Amino acid sequence: MKKIFNSNAFEKMLATLIAIVAGLLFGLVIMLLINPSMALGGFGAILSAGFLNGGESLGEVLFKATPLIITGLAVAFAFKTGLFNIGVSGQLMIGAFFAVYVGVRWNLPPSIHWLVAILAGIVGGMVWALIPALLKAFRNVHEVVATIMMNYIAMYTSKMLIEATIYDTVRQEARPVLSGAVLPTLGLDKLFGFNQLNSGIIIAILATIVIYILLEKTTFGFQLKAVGFNRNAARYAGVNDKSNIVYSLLISGALAGLAGAVLYLAPGSGLKLETTHQISNYGFQGIAVALLGMSHPIGTMGAGLFFGYIEAANQELQAWDFKREIIDIISSSIIYFSAFTLFFQRYSHKFMVWLGKLFGKKEVEVATETVNDEKENGGNDNETNV
Amino acid sequence: MKLTFKEKMKNYLTTKRIIKISVILVAYILLAIFTTNNMYSLLRLTLFSAVPLALVAMGGLYSERSGVVNIALEGIMMFGAFIGILVLHNLQDKGIDGQHILFLALIIGGIAGMLFSVLHAFASITMKSNQTISGTALNMLALALAFFVGRALSAAGTEEITFRDSYRISEIPVLKHIPFLGDILFERIYLITLFGIVLFIIMALIAYKTKFGLRMRACGENPQAADAAGINVKRIRYIAVIISGLLAGIGGVLLIIPTTTSFKANVYGFGFLALAVLISGQWKPVRVLIFALFFGLLRSLANGIAFIEADLQNIPFLYNMIRALPKDVIEMLPYVVTLIVLGLTSVKSRAPKAAGEPYDQGKR
Repeated sequence: MKKIFNSNAFEKMLATLIAIVAGLLFGLVIMLLINPSMALGGFGAILSAGFLNGGESLGEVLFKATPLIITGLAVAFAFKTGLFNIGVSGQLMIGAFFAVYVGVRWNLPPSIHWLVAILAGIVGGMVWALIPALLKAFRNVHEVVATIMMNYIAMYTSKMLIEATIYDTVRQEARPVLSGAVLPTLGLDKLFGFNQLNSGIIIAILATIVIYILLEKTTFGFQLKAVGFNRNAARYAGVNDKSNIVYSLLISGALAGLAGAVLYLAPGSGLKLETTHQISNYGFQGIAVALLGMSHPIGTMGAGLFFGYIEAANQELQAWDFKREIIDIISSSIIYFSAFTLFFQRYSHKFMVWLGKLFGKKEVEVATETVNDEKENGGNDNETNV
Repeated sequence: MKLTFKEKMKNYLTTKRIIKISVILVAYILLAIFTTNNMYSLLRLTLFSAVPLALVAMGGLYSERSGVVNIALEGIMMFGAFIGILVLHNLQDKGIDGQHILFLALIIGGIAGMLFSVLHAFASITMKSNQTISGTALNMLALALAFFVGRALSAAGTEEITFRDSYRISEIPVLKHIPFLGDILFERIYLITLFGIVLFIIMALIAYKTKFGLRMRACGENPQAADAAGINVKRIRYIAVIISGLLAGIGGVLLIIPTTTSFKANVYGFGFLALAVLISGQWKPVRVLIFALFFGLLRSLANGIAFIEADLQNIPFLYNMIRALPKDVIEMLPYVVTLIVLGLTSVKSRAPKAAGEPYDQGKR
């Protein structure tokens, strides 16, 4: 019992929970300020929309969570290797273009067409990540600024590419992909009774598992993390830091491209590539997901599901006369509060000790000290990783 | 030992300085002779984006030089511009003198930026949290707030806040006769843009010529040593981050008013561009200014190229090249060139040593 209460991971979870509650409360305050009469109803909708209609709601949560999980993984993977990839949005846009291009222009047997389109999306994301990766590894350009610039370049580039190749001039958007390139639903839509749900969620879960194994169970993943932890030390230990930086941004970009493909090859979602001057928001949401998930693949999946759950309230919110941006306000303030983890952890630690006392353990004093040490380490660990 | 004026001059005028000054003088004379009226139009347009860029980069300089990485610049700009333009929108028809409203909007935008930056200071200094996370969260928050509140306030339910642009001053007497500079700075200009330039210079002097500036830079290089010398590191960092918020907020308003007539919850990535300017300018004011002017010129090319088309026709090669480029490519240029410049300059780049690290007294 003592072990559970005093474990570091449990404290982190509790700290995250505090951040979530604080973020939700901040959202409630904003809603009360803007429209007091509707605020409580709207807030209730945010909390309850994810399960109100049973299977259909759950299906919608899974559908909304799919791109969030994958972009979250992309950011989290880069975080784990010491890089902050703000450029997931740009990589996603280029990946989406590659995927849709293959989906529209190539004539392939339906059984493999969607797979090829997804692979094309992955390649697109990698191409876009390659430039900042090389700049970071060989020219010491900070990846944050480089990937942000790549976002803007992607915005213009994808617009020009779409207009030059797959543009529907009448509807002013990209042409729809051929039926063979649409992601199969695998009967998930019928199972949950939500007609947009497709195999994307399975792909997201598979991606999570692959990334988990890669990071935690392979030498390659260990080397990537080592470079992220301390580039010089890793080089001293015989790890090629430059190529590892390139690899980790490439994998992150591949995930971003995958997210783009899954988003725009989804059946019946009506989501088309547009040529407006706007950077896709999914990449930034991915940052939120990764941060809330503490950059751990499994945690990221949980965070993706959580944000998918909130996102599912979109339509309900309209009924309460609130715009969907309130969800963004809530998720960004959750991230802001989750930056306080270290602070919250101190309190959740005290709470744990108090719980321990309740159960009448005599070694509590001793345990406190060891945990204190552990916490210090955990804190540092957190800082360098993220 | 008291130096006479002659000795002082002798110390000041090293060969390097003499060469530098004469190059600047020659360049100035050449510019004054060869700049056409069309080019002046383009250069004025350049100023409209270069000044906010420089000012926000100066904000970044304060924050980072004190040891706090400020990715939130974009969000602070967004928030400052949002509040400032909101003020402008609401006061415009109240019959107050135009220039007064303009400065009021600018100052309130700056104060809004200050308040918003307190969130970043609190997270990164008091809470010792990861500065990149806090900055990213604040960027997202500012965007969401500008959208959400903007939509809630507008009758049409859009995030767009419009304003009438009637603040441009035709000329400033006497000063406009200065060759070259007079044509750019003192004709068909916004007073707030001039204010921005003056503010930039003042802030550069504070950062480099005052006790506070020295202390601030010490906190960014070696906070432990600064602490040992009796400097309150946390206080200095708070002040620096709040100043950066002020400058970014002002920069936001300064960007929106001259370049458009409506705020659409968008500052065109200028906060991030300012960060890039700060890095390529190596955290030094003069270089920051030069890069800001350079990026401002690239940025204004998309709209300003029409001004100089007549002049360009004299150089057929350049003219044909530019005509062949799609508008999207020209608009993309600042970002592409930023990447290239960073690629060329970053190898030897040296950020303030303690930037990004929460101050820990126990650490050596």
